[in-house]
Amino acid sequence: MTMDLRTITIQPLRQTFGHLARRMGADKPASRYMEGTMDLQPVENFHYRPTWDAEHDIFDPRLTRIVMKDWYALKDPRQFYYGAWVLARGRMQETAGADFDLADEQGLAAGYSAEGKQLVNKVLLPLRHVAWASNINNSFVSAYGYGIAIAQAAAYASMDQLGIAQYITRLAISFEEIDALNEAKTAWLNAPEWQGLRRWVEDQMVMQDWFELFVAQNFVLEGLLYPLVYEKFNAKLNAAYGPVVTMLTRFQREWYAENAKWVDTVLKAAAAESPENKAVLAEWVHNAKQRSIEALTPVAEIAFGADANSIMELLVGQINARAIKAGIGA
Amino acid sequence: MDMKVAKKLGLKERYTMMTRDLAWDTTYQPMDKVFPQVTYEGIKIHDWDKWEDPFRLTMDAYWKYQAEKERKLYAILDAFNQNNGHLSVTDARYINVLKLFLGSTPPLELMAGRGFSMVGRQMVGAGPRVACMMQAVDEYRHCQTQIHSISNYNKFYSGLSEFAHQQSRMWYLADGKSFFDDAITAGPFEFMVAIGFAFEYVLTNILFVPFISGAAYNGDMAAMTVGFSAQSDEARHMTLGLECIKFMLEQDPDNLPIVQRWIDKWTWRGTRKLASVGMMMDYMLPKRIMSFKEAWEIYFEENGGALFKDLARYGVTVPKCFPQTIEEKEHITHQSWIGFYMKPDAMSFHTWSPSPEELDWLSEKYPNTFDKYYRPVYEHWAKMEKAGKRFNNKTQPMNCQVCVTTVKYNEPGDPMTTCFRESIYKGEKYHFCSDHCKEIFEHEPEKYIQTFITSHQVLQGKCEPEGVDTDAPDFKPGSHMMEYWRLDPDVQGDFNGSLDQKNFAAWRELATKN
Repeated sequence: MTMDLRTITIQPLRQTFGHLARRMGADKPASRYMEGTMDLQPVENFHYRPTWDAEHDIFDPRLTRIVMKDWYALKDPRQFYYGAWVLARGRMQETAGADFDLADEQGLAAGYSAEGKQLVNKVLLPLRHVAWASNINNSFVSAYGYGIAIAQAAAYASMDQLGIAQYITRLAISFEEIDALNEAKTAWLNAPEWQGLRRWVEDQMVMQDWFELFVAQNFVLEGLLYPLVYEKFNAKLNAAYGPVVTMLTRFQREWYAENAKWVDTVLKAAAAESPENKAVLAEWVHNAKQRSIEALTPVAEIAFGADANSIMELLVGQINARAIKAGIGA
Repeated sequence: MDMKVAKKLGLKERYTMMTRDLAWDTTYQPMDKVFPQVTYEGIKIHDWDKWEDPFRLTMDAYWKYQAEKERKLYAILDAFNQNNGHLSVTDARYINVLKLFLGSTPPLELMAGRGFSMVGRQMVGAGPRVACMMQAVDEYRHCQTQIHSISNYNKFYSGLSEFAHQQSRMWYLADGKSFFDDAITAGPFEFMVAIGFAFEYVLTNILFVPFISGAAYNGDMAAMTVGFSAQSDEARHMTLGLECIKFMLEQDPDNLPIVQRWIDKWTWRGTRKLASVGMMMDYMLPKRIMSFKEAWEIYFEENGGALFKDLARYGVTVPKCFPQTIEEKEHITHQSWIGFYMKPDAMSFHTWSPSPEELDWLSEKYPNTFDKYYRPVYEHWAKMEKAGKRFNNKTQPMNCQVCVTTVKYNEPGDPMTTCFRESIYKGEKYHFCSDHCKEIFEHEPEKYIQTFITSHQVLQGKCEPEGVDTDAPDFKPGSHMMEYWRLDPDVQGDFNGSLDQKNFAAWRELATKN
């Protein structure tokens, strides 16, 4: 049936769902992000306690030391519901894919200097395992976090990290450095300069407080690692060997800038909630910072030699500034 | 000069480099502390590398395909909403399908998403973990696209507005909630059998094919598009569920009895859950696609039967409930609609008496049972309605302690007797709708004594809206149910005479006449 409704205006009975109208304080249209996020996680009348954790409910606010009146205050400034996330990543992968194709077609990777390649193999390739750890850790947040705002954003972040691990792998394939991937894994497992970082991410894998893990992984570790590798190290490679690596790590750089906005917004909302939250966050940031500096300094040394410490100091300064901006204090 | 020969990676090898090769066995923390849940259910896995990836999708390919699908889907939804697409559905009664669907399905998709996030964190092998995590985000997709497609209906019709609030409070949504709560509180392997296999593989077609065809057949392009778009994800989910079963069975012969018990349990729980889908097919779609009985024969007896034949080489047998479901396929939809029809003031969707033509359709589709057992009930109720006394049962139902549906199905072999079962545990008596539910209870009583049954909890003062003082001397439990549910007064009562019916007719009039 076709109907000509051009002249017909039907007055809606309501603009949005009840739970969204109560949140907004008015019956007005809600965004698709709100419709797909707010108040969707069950909070009451659970039928059974988990057989794997009989002390808690299926979703339980007591699984973290952070206390929130409203867990949906931990909003994602990117407003990522699934469709918005996948469209954003779809665009990014299109560009990244074109970059890889161009590099392959033009033989850009093959033409990269052997010395440069060696440095890339040593510094960049083991990081696929760090991205995998981040995938595991964000999947923990998405599994046991409270409220859909944080759980869905962590689920997307976890898939993003898998994508990053795969882009690093693809860079090695593009460079025809399959053997180097194996060597990088051996280094990750055994070389002394990587053990601090491996120990730190393995320790994160057994953290029980999902919010602490969120802080340690997404704010502190990545907050130091991404600028170290994808800004500083990339700039060094760029100057010495040309821009191919810049091209083939574009996804990581764009992703980090965007993801950090989410991480900072979540911390800011949690810190603003109460002085207790702020103190807990400060404690976590402090601890994670010590561990991350220890773990990353040997990696920075591979990349920068004698300049490692001064670069690390600079990056720690950046993290401190972000923490202050998020209302946590340095 | 370095002249090494370029290694060409095969597809499988490349995918391995992109997934499994990323993982390593932890040594600074013991593996059983990093993955603490994989042993307590008794499933023995000797070699996680034997896992066969059911599909090989790297993230860039995933983002590419899914973004294309999303672009198309939301373009269609926008167009449908802009053009008052809701007025093109066959009849306003159809919208009640969406009310039941919105209350029951998107919240459960979300539970599936959280469950797969949990299993995706807990599985040791990188192969299953990646597949589970991908399914987790897919489930977010399904939850959200369903809400987005129905959101516009909410602007014009009753009963949709409070689905988020009602998901944990509405008595008739408790069966679905208990299903997913049960699965998510089980261990990771049982979850995979419950949701990945029994629900996604054995039973999903009964849920989705009728719903999507029903939407298409009744002019609901929004719901139809969402459903079709989800199908390509479902295909991945089905292969994951099946691979997981095969993997467990191939790893150790001791896994067979555990897996078989889960298959028996979850096929039965799923069957009970799907009775309301059957009711939708037989009673709620203005333009019917096929009877529930026919769907059950195609999708469960034939397709499910073939599947279990295929699994026989692992020693798996057809689910224990198989014969009972075949007997029940001629009864359960009628018993369900009767059950819902009699509670017009306590639901977020309308019910109605089938029209004479619809009764004839049911007689034709259910030649063995309809005229004999069910037509007389409807004819009696139609008479009551005509006399201004529409039947309205104000009593509290008895619910099954396991599946939480109201105890209303018949004794096997005896359609005139309601089936009741009971069991005493630690001095307390518990009630069940069937032998299968009783058996599930007796295997894990400590779990199922926890079941939240509204009709019991209400008497304990646990179903009250915020602000009610349950210690007040004049407190009367259950006297605020409408507020507790936030039930829209416009959705109470029979469809005939409802606001939806009036508005739809008036708006259509506006749209089709001068």
